[in-house]
Amino acid sequence: MPNLDRTPLHDLHCELDARMVPFAGYEMPVQYYDGVLWEHLHTRASAGLFDVSHMGQVRVSADSLEEAQLALEALVPVSVLGIPEGRQRYGLFTSETGGILDDLMIANRGDDLLLVVNAATKERDVAHLSANLAGCAVTPIIDRALLALQGPASEAALAGLVPGVAEMRFMDTSVLDWNGVELWVSRSGYTGEDGYEVSISSSKARALAEALLASEAVIPIGLGARDSLRLEAGLCLYGSDIDTTTTPVEAALAWAIQKARRRGGEREGGFPGAARILEELEAGAPRRRVGFLPDGRAPVRAGARIFREGSDAPVGDVTSGGFGPSLGRPVSMGYVETEFSGTGTVLEAEVRGKRMPVTVADMPFRPSTFKR
Amino acid sequence: MKYTEEHEWLRVDGDLVVVGITEHAAEQLGDVVFVELPEAGTQVSSGDDIVVIESVKAASDIAAPVDGEVVEVNDALADTPGLVNADPLGAAWFVKMKVDDPNQLDGFMSEDEYKDMIA
Repeated sequence: MPNLDRTPLHDLHCELDARMVPFAGYEMPVQYYDGVLWEHLHTRASAGLFDVSHMGQVRVSADSLEEAQLALEALVPVSVLGIPEGRQRYGLFTSETGGILDDLMIANRGDDLLLVVNAATKERDVAHLSANLAGCAVTPIIDRALLALQGPASEAALAGLVPGVAEMRFMDTSVLDWNGVELWVSRSGYTGEDGYEVSISSSKARALAEALLASEAVIPIGLGARDSLRLEAGLCLYGSDIDTTTTPVEAALAWAIQKARRRGGEREGGFPGAARILEELEAGAPRRRVGFLPDGRAPVRAGARIFREGSDAPVGDVTSGGFGPSLGRPVSMGYVETEFSGTGTVLEAEVRGKRMPVTVADMPFRPSTFKR
Repeated sequence: MKYTEEHEWLRVDGDLVVVGITEHAAEQLGDVVFVELPEAGTQVSSGDDIVVIESVKAASDIAAPVDGEVVEVNDALADTPGLVNADPLGAAWFVKMKVDDPNQLDGFMSEDEYKDMIA
């Protein structure tokens, strides 16, 4: 496909008969031979291998780690200083108006911070970091692939190659050796399952992918199942469920803002949009991201408007929706006026001009299985 | 069997025509999770969207290939939408239509012509 980047696993995807599609400027596999439904169910039952090399890996360093941590706190409402060595934490780049510029992972690797950001926003993120982190070196890592292995059989499959991963807990990060190749491993992911993300030199990525796929438990998974898995897990997709028009409190991501950065905390505020976000943390926001369970079998997809029964004034909208293969039913998430955001509230979604009942539901839609 | 450019197949059965989608179309759609059918008795014109197919990926519309009346719909698809993937040319027919003008059926492709189109 013209004008699209390729990941180091591109040839492998093609050999595995993947259906390739354009995504965030890359040619990516949306599904392999067995299809989205099977890939989804296999990941929950066993293990799935995802190529997430399109995502951005960015190293942030300074004269001291603490200097880098404090500098980054000027861009995220996260207690970066509170991330212990060998751990990572979910974070958000906020805008001056309190919106979300991107969501990311922040790992403390002892000597530096490793950030993983979204593919579609990585250039903007690097520019944002470079412009605002005085005294820090911001280095996009362009010679490493990123693989995710997700599902209950992940530990056994990866520990067969790299024994040290078995000892890691959810959100631990570690530098480990595989046959002389340095792996940057975190026990995390985007499916609601136990699993790992592994950063590896681009030239060795195919060998690692093939070694994992040699395990009977592991099959390759495309972007289609990645989306249905994260939706069931209630996880946000940047650009769909969160963006510059949604605040962290509206997006039900207040848990990502630690006490140290809130009012009365040791390092209160000091991030873009703090005035609005700190106020919303205490007073609440006018709308809130919630789950919706539609009645019946018809999926309620992004863009559907939400109403109160018998009213023509919308009170919300769906930002992600589809069929949840593990639940055997449609699931959606979106925003609704806070007044109507209580679990169990019955509202209506408009699908193809018709109203159908939906019930506000807690997320994740199915319990996560992280190894804490 | 006759074929449309929209990847539908038509099987003439007396004065009725049975409408479904081809294996190629079913494969492109991916796993089908929901099918919305019209009501029997609906009068439709060629090109009207009469069926909605939701796969895990997206929603797609199926248009009426000819003018006529929908006389029967395949209710089995409501409970078992996966039939569209499992048996698109057989058990997963969508509707039976009574055709207003049988001459409308002359314009469609033969199997060989359809295979050339998707090749």
